[in-house]
Amino acid sequence: MIYLILTFILLLLMIGAAIYAIWQKDLLYAVIASGIISLLLSIMFVLLQAPDVALTEAAIGVALTTIIFIIAIRNTVRFEDEHDKKIKKEKQLKSAEQ
Amino acid sequence: MNYIIYFSLSIMILGLILSAIRFIKGPTAGDRTVALDTMTIIGVSGIVLTSYLFNRYIYLDVALVYGVLGFIGVIVIARYLEKAL
Amino acid sequence: MSILEIIGGILIVIGSLFLFLGALGIYRMPDVFNRLQAGTKATTLGAMSLILGVGFLMPGWILKILIIIIFIAYSNPISSHALARAMHLRKRFMYFKNEEIDAYKEIDENNKQVK
Repeated sequence: MIYLILTFILLLLMIGAAIYAIWQKDLLYAVIASGIISLLLSIMFVLLQAPDVALTEAAIGVALTTIIFIIAIRNTVRFEDEHDKKIKKEKQLKSAEQ
Repeated sequence: MNYIIYFSLSIMILGLILSAIRFIKGPTAGDRTVALDTMTIIGVSGIVLTSYLFNRYIYLDVALVYGVLGFIGVIVIARYLEKAL
Repeated sequence: MSILEIIGGILIVIGSLFLFLGALGIYRMPDVFNRLQAGTKATTLGAMSLILGVGFLMPGWILKILIIIIFIAYSNPISSHALARAMHLRKRFMYFKNEEIDAYKEIDENNKQVK
């Protein structure tokens, strides 16, 4: 019974982190939330008695995904709105030149 | 002995919930990264306790991989925050 | 109950209490550096104690458990130090009665004078 309640709390935390990662405008926070999702998913795989899948999820989700996303954010912009503002400003400059 | 294990697991999941609240509330990026670090360590301990609860030796490998690789994400985020990556 | 099981159970309870206190410190402390202190030191002690307790309960697993303890003991302070350095370089100082204290800067200036 206690085991079932603890599993249910873990699932609720995982769904909450996923909703937070979608809702957040700051992409760095979304990357950290995806790290939390990977951690809780690995614990869930261990609880469901699949240790090899949990091993793969730990290696991929913690190290590789975070590093690749951080490098992508460094080469582009951090906030979602910045890209739209930049495009809008370029359009205004073009229309002013014409 | 099983009652002690269940008590420890429930109190650790309470700590996990407190870290998640700090992750949602935290004003800067540093607070959220600290919450991720703490959740990683609590998760490693939880996996070790689960491996005792199921009496399987192979589950310790997952905790070992998490202990080895868990700090790389935090270091990458910190290097990005000081604009040196 | 043998003596090893009693020692293991006590170590597991102490470890889980320290893990919970570290998470409580993360929830309650006012500043990034205080949260780093609570979330790294207490959590390292708690995790090491709990994993050693499982090693007392299962004496055949002691080799891999010692490897996990060594990895936690070197990886956790590295991440904490990197995060504290990044937060200092982003000009976030410690919370102390509405003043801003920067002790790291004084050490840095002394080193520059020596050089």
